[in-house]
Amino acid sequence: MVDTDVRLGLSGSDLAIRNRTFKNDLVRIDESNLNPDNSVEFASLVEAGLTGEIVSASRFRDQDFFIVSKDRIVDILTLLRDHPDCLYNLVSDIFGVDLYGFDREPRFEVIYSLYSLPNHRRVVIKAQVSEDDLTIDTVTGVWPAANWPEREIFDLFGITFNNHPDPRRILMPDDWIGHPLRKDFPLGGEEVEFSHNVREQIVN
Amino acid sequence: MGVETDQPFLLASANKLVNWARRNSLWPATFGLACCAIEMMASTDSRYDLARFGSEAFRASPRQADLMIVSGRVCKKMAPVLRQVYDQMPDPKWVIAMGDCASNGGVFNNYAVVQGVDQIVPVDIYVPGCPPSPDALIYAIMQLQKKIDGERFSERY
Repeated sequence: MVDTDVRLGLSGSDLAIRNRTFKNDLVRIDESNLNPDNSVEFASLVEAGLTGEIVSASRFRDQDFFIVSKDRIVDILTLLRDHPDCLYNLVSDIFGVDLYGFDREPRFEVIYSLYSLPNHRRVVIKAQVSEDDLTIDTVTGVWPAANWPEREIFDLFGITFNNHPDPRRILMPDDWIGHPLRKDFPLGGEEVEFSHNVREQIVN
Repeated sequence: MGVETDQPFLLASANKLVNWARRNSLWPATFGLACCAIEMMASTDSRYDLARFGSEAFRASPRQADLMIVSGRVCKKMAPVLRQVYDQMPDPKWVIAMGDCASNGGVFNNYAVVQGVDQIVPVDIYVPGCPPSPDALIYAIMQLQKKIDGERFSERY
């Protein structure tokens, strides 16, 4: 079998990019923790008995973030959609994040950005996905609009969505190998000719 | 048999007539992909009218077109489609690579973008610019017309 580095055309600068690390010691002064008193969503999660799934919950500059584990993500999101205090009926966007280089254990995160049209509120739910088990349940049953964003995350990160109605690539060609938005995927492209690395000219 | 240095009189006149007809009625196929397409549309608007050079109709069907202006970046997923549209055009056909992305990949030097559309179709004129102004596109079409003037029957068939 061909080595993946050779197949993907990794060069020296690509390897340097792949092995970079990031500082993770930023201190966010405005961050405060959420609890059932200052967050309606937290209270509704407590009511449903799903607090065991929450890894952390914080408010940073008027934006609520919940980091949860991925096992009961469908239950959590269904509750947020249906609970009369929450009513998050619009899934604005679903992102994937690759935390390679930050030395965080769950390497990937699937982030759901939800908006409540009746209550005019946003919340962000981050589900942690580790590299060993690159699967997560699909939320297409909760919001049909999640179909294409989840296809995009599968295409670009390689996270498989269980029970997804249409599990195929959406941006890259169908026979593409690799998942381009991972941090260890090479940038690709051609080497640009400058005067210091110009090829020999053929003189007639 | 030496190289033909001059055409017989009758053929030369017919050649000139055919070349004149082809250069003054270049009908482009709409292949606007990205931002360069906006500048291509601008060149057909009233300020930089492209129709006065013969491009009266931008045919939507490649079967009725004889010029393909590839305006915009071509992704590797789009490349077979581009080739298919080019193949569907009947001879004689010309290709203008409009803009930096069509000429050599432009700013997008990465895994997804074809680094220059000449990797897929033979290109006659390259137009630099990001995007090239409508003036530049019109200049390119005029250059193409000059190129068509110099064509000989023996080269094309």
